[in-house]
Formats: sequence, C-alpha cells, structure tokens
Amino acid sequence: MEFRTLVFYFLATILIFASLLVVTLRNPVHAALNLVLAFFTASGLWILLQAEFLAIALILVYVGAVMVLFLFVVMLLDIDLDRLREGFWSYLPLGALVALLVVAEMSLVLSAYWEALESDVPQVEVGYSNVQAVGRLLFTEYVYPFELASVVLLIGIVAAVALTLRSKRKTKSVDPSQQVFVKAKDRVRLVQMAAEKDD
Amino acid sequence: MTLAEMQFVVPELRIASAEIFVLAMACLTLLVDAFVKDKKRTVTYVLTQLALVGAAVATFATSSEQVSYTFSNMFVGDLMGDLLKYLVYISVIVGLFYSRAYILDRPEMAKGEFYVLSLFATLGMMVMISASHFLTVYIGIEMLSLSLYAMVALDRNSIASTEAGMKYFVLGALASGFLLYGMSMLYGATGTLEIPMLSERLFRGEGDFIVSFGLVFVIAGIAFKLGVVPFHMWIPDVYHGAPTAVTLFIASAPKLAAFAVVIRVLVNGLIFVSKDWQMMLIILSVLSMAVGNFAAIAQTNIKRMLAYSAISHMGFMLIGMSTGVFQGDPRFIVDAYSSSMFYVVTYVLASLGAFGTILLLSRAGFESDEISDFAGLNKRNSWYAAIMMMMMFSMAGIPFFVGFFAKFSVLQAAVASDQMWFAIAAIFFSLVGAYYYLRVVKVMYFDPPASTVPITATADVKLLLSVNGLAVALIGIFPNALMVLCATSLSRSITIF
Repeated sequence: MEFRTLVFYFLATILIFASLLVVTLRNPVHAALNLVLAFFTASGLWILLQAEFLAIALILVYVGAVMVLFLFVVMLLDIDLDRLREGFWSYLPLGALVALLVVAEMSLVLSAYWEALESDVPQVEVGYSNVQAVGRLLFTEYVYPFELASVVLLIGIVAAVALTLRSKRKTKSVDPSQQVFVKAKDRVRLVQMAAEKDD
Repeated sequence: MTLAEMQFVVPELRIASAEIFVLAMACLTLLVDAFVKDKKRTVTYVLTQLALVGAAVATFATSSEQVSYTFSNMFVGDLMGDLLKYLVYISVIVGLFYSRAYILDRPEMAKGEFYVLSLFATLGMMVMISASHFLTVYIGIEMLSLSLYAMVALDRNSIASTEAGMKYFVLGALASGFLLYGMSMLYGATGTLEIPMLSERLFRGEGDFIVSFGLVFVIAGIAFKLGVVPFHMWIPDVYHGAPTAVTLFIASAPKLAAFAVVIRVLVNGLIFVSKDWQMMLIILSVLSMAVGNFAAIAQTNIKRMLAYSAISHMGFMLIGMSTGVFQGDPRFIVDAYSSSMFYVVTYVLASLGAFGTILLLSRAGFESDEISDFAGLNKRNSWYAAIMMMMMFSMAGIPFFVGFFAKFSVLQAAVASDQMWFAIAAIFFSLVGAYYYLRVVKVMYFDPPASTVPITATADVKLLLSVNGLAVALIGIFPNALMVLCATSLSRSITIF
C-alpha cells in the first residue's frame, strides 16, 4: 500500500467519524467542534489531491469564519436540549424507514458498479500554481457566475438589513448629539402659583 | 502555461444587455432609495417599473431567432428565453401595480427594499431563463430564492409571515443542497457542467449509472422549486403566511422561470436519459394532482386554497413534460413541451388575476383572505366578481376560458403518447378541482354580502385587472396565437436536433 493511500484512509476514517458525531451528539457545541474537525480532515484530503488553495480556503473560510460565527450563535441562543429532542420517538419510525429506503437504493445502484469507481487522480507538474489557475478561470471563463455570486451576496446584505433594521427607535436611550442642544428652559419650568390661605 | 491557455475572448455582452441593465438599475434604485425621504417611496416604485420596461426594450432590441451563446457558453439567448422574459417582466410589472395600494397600507412593507428585492428576484429569474450551465442555473435559483425568503418575511410584525419565511428558507436550503448534489454527480459522470455539452456526452453513451443517480437529486431539487408533491410542504404555509403582495409575486413569475429551468436542464441537457426522468415526472404529476386537488377542498382560506391549486396546476404542467418522448421517439416533443409552456403561461395569467382581486379587496388592517370575505361580492361590485369568476373558471378548466385549452392541450399530449390512463386520471382530478373553484363563485354570487365597505381602487389597477380578466376570456376564445408562439419559440430553442 502506498503511503498516500494510507494517509487517505487515515483522514477519511476521521472524517467519517467526525461527521457521524456531528449528527449524533447531543450538545450543539460539541457537534460544531466536530464539524470543524471534519473540515480539517476534508482539507487534508484536498491537499492529497494537490489542491492546496482550496484546502486553505476551506480552513480559512469555513473553520475560521463560518464555524466561529456558528459557535457564537449556538452559545448566544439558549438552546433547550430537551425541547430539541421532543417527538424524537414518534418521528423515528417514519424517519428510519425513509433513511433505510434511501440507503438501500443508493447501495443497490452503487454496489452494482463498485468496480467502476476507480481512482485516477491526475498528477500536476512541478511548479504548477493552484492560485493562478483558480484566479485565471474565475476572471475569464467563469466571470459570469463570479459576478452573479457577488449579486447574491448583495441580495443577502439587502435582505439582512430589510429584516433587522428598525427605522423607528423603540429604545429610551438618549442621542448625545441631540442632548448637547438642551437649554435650561427645556428642563426647568417655573410655575407661578397663587398662595393658599392658611386657616 | 501555454499561449493557447492564455487566450481569452471577451464575451459578447450585447446578448446579456437586459440582465446587465436590470442589475445596474437595481443597484441604482438601492442607492436612490437610501436618500428618499418620502414615506410612499414613489421614486423607488417608479424607478423599479422603469427598470422592468427598459429590460423589455433591451430584450426586444437584442432578440434574434438564432440560439446564441456567450460568457463561455454559460449564457444562452434564444426565442424561448426572450418570450419567457417578456412574460416575467409583464407579470412583475402587473404584480407591482396590483400590490401598490396594499403595500402603502402596511408601513412594514412600504420600504424601498420591497422594490429592490423584487428587481433582484427578476434578475434571478432572467438568469435562470438564460442559463445554459449548471452553475448559472444554480446561482439564478439562489438569487430568486434569497430575494423571496426576505420578501416573505418582510412583514416583521406578523408571526405568520416570519414563520413562513423561516420555513421557506430552511426547506429551500435543503432543496438547493439536493440540486447541487445531483449536479455534482452529473459532473462526476460526464465531466461537464455545460448543458449542451452534457447532452452531447450522454448521446455518446458516457456516464451510465451515476447519471441516473444524480438525476434523482436534480429532479428532487427542481420538484421542490416547482412545488410538486412530495416536495410541496412549503407551498401552503408560504402562500398563506406571506403578505398577499408577496404571495402574488411567488405565484406568478417564478413559475415561468422554473419552467425554463426544466426545459434547459431536463430537455436540452438530459433528453437522452428521458426514459428515466419521464417516469419520475409522471409519479410527481399524478401525486400533485391528487394531493393538490383533494387538499384544496378542505381549505377555508383562499390563499391556502390557491396554494393547493398551484400544486395541482404544476402537476398538470408536468403531464406535458413527461410525455414528450414516446418509446424513444421524439416526434411529439415540441407539441408536448409547448403545451406545458402554454399551461404555465395561462396559469400565471389566472393566478395574477385571482391574487390581484384578493389584493383589491384588502385594505389597511383587513386581509380579505378568507373565502367567506368574498361573500356577495357580486352585490358589492359585479365587475370584480365577474373577473374573479373568470379566473376561477379558467383555473377549473371550464370552456371557453383559457385554462380549458391549457388543460386540453396537455391532455392531448398524454393521449398522443398513448397513455390513456394518465389523461383519464388528470380529467378525474380536474373534476375534483372544479368543486372548490365553483364554491368561490357560489359564495360570490349567492351568499349575502359579508361587508358593506365600498371597494376603492386606483384607475391603473381597475384598468389592469379588467385587461387581465378580458385576456383570460379572449385568449380562451382565440388561443391559437399564443399556442403558435409557444411552439415556435420552443422548436427554435430545443437544441437536440
């Protein structure tokens, strides 16, 4: 067995275990941390395929940004584990049936042609730059989807602002720029009152 | 790197000028809206309408009978695309006219974002219609869906609207996952994401079992976007929970774009495995007609009823899609697919009118979305009742409204492909459907009026709604022009011959 194959099976085993734990663990924080592990091993697999740019992008973007954000959200939200598991047993028979059916179908289709799935990883030449190749494709051949993806991000921003920005202020906080304009007569009102007779 | 690799031809932007124009206008509208002080957002509204009219002009100016590709074959411009784009512009423009008063009555909705998001959604639909690459199909769908998620949840003070947005978002993300997974399988099997190239490789017999494996997921993803059983769960909740203006939007133009995606992906890309997907579509179609029509009977809310009716209509549309190739013989392909296209167009027309009437009867603080709210509409205003009746008759498929010819032509496709049982099942389910459409008519004409509040409408809405109603009646009497238009544009755009 080649050393590369050994590394592949090592990483793949960890990846599968980590992914299984993501689904089965009770604690969302632990599940998220296992997802981080899954991303790390997946990027290891990409390095094996000599796609180092994608591997690093996966770690930077997913582990560095997305998962950290995700962990923050999990920690900020007060997740009640018992409520999450409510109805688990009543949904189990139907869910298990559907899952079994899908697994059976997939294995039927795939097992018949198992030998057809051979690995044929093309080797890249020495000094080949992944970053250059990705960059060249992004700005020439794939410029249309690349630009459209930026529009999708813009829509995301517009949607987020539209859904969260409250135009009317409902808090009672004081606006300092308004506060400095206050005059004494706005605050103190002198009232003239008739003196009352003492019986 | 060799010199040949470095060569890059600047894509021809002219073909995509409508898309570029809409994008530029959407950004401009977004910018201008930030400076608008007006609570009614008239400037934003007018700019949005102008953008859509301008896009129609741009599409017209660049329209040609040839199929032309640009952006490294990721964008295709052809007659079918142009026709569907015109229809998208029209339905968005009409929808915005109908929604105007409804939105002004609701301060949470009367924001510039509503208009900007509807422009972005239109852009997404245009990208879907013109996609000839799986990446652009996917990105188009995401552009449309993301805008729609936000629009559904735009009424933040309504719990139903927020819940609908959330459900739509979660299920939509799942469906996008399905679609992407299927596309990656197809890529793995054939080594290409370009739709014409995929067809060529399949013709040469490349990629056997993984293709059908990926196909299942692609169909599931598309079925979700169309909203057919068993991927329909989101439709009733979203139609019901969303503000009616947004329901109108979802129920009209996106159906046209989804139809375009079906043609591009299944027909132009995967016609050589049509044996596999036709069977799947038949199952989806029969299930949708059954569930949609039976579930609609039980509804008391008209938006929910129309949602189930949308499910059944998409089932009817799939009849044409699943009977094109008969025992490997593609003779009837244009007839079958153009009957589906005709069906979608007429459905969108009737849907616009029906939701337009609901919007018309709504006012500040009153939604008019129960069937009982339509009681005695004839006594309050007989013309609006007549328009609603025409929409219901058209959806039920009563002659001689346009929906009848739509149903007739898809049934013809089923019979031509020698699937009598399919046609009979469809007729049975449309009979079931007639019950709940006619119930609305009965409530409007024979029940005592539910309210005496006068119905007010601006002149533009009155005019457009009348035109909409007359179109359903007139195209029903003279359906040939539209049918020929659908058939011609499709025959020029199906690239397998």
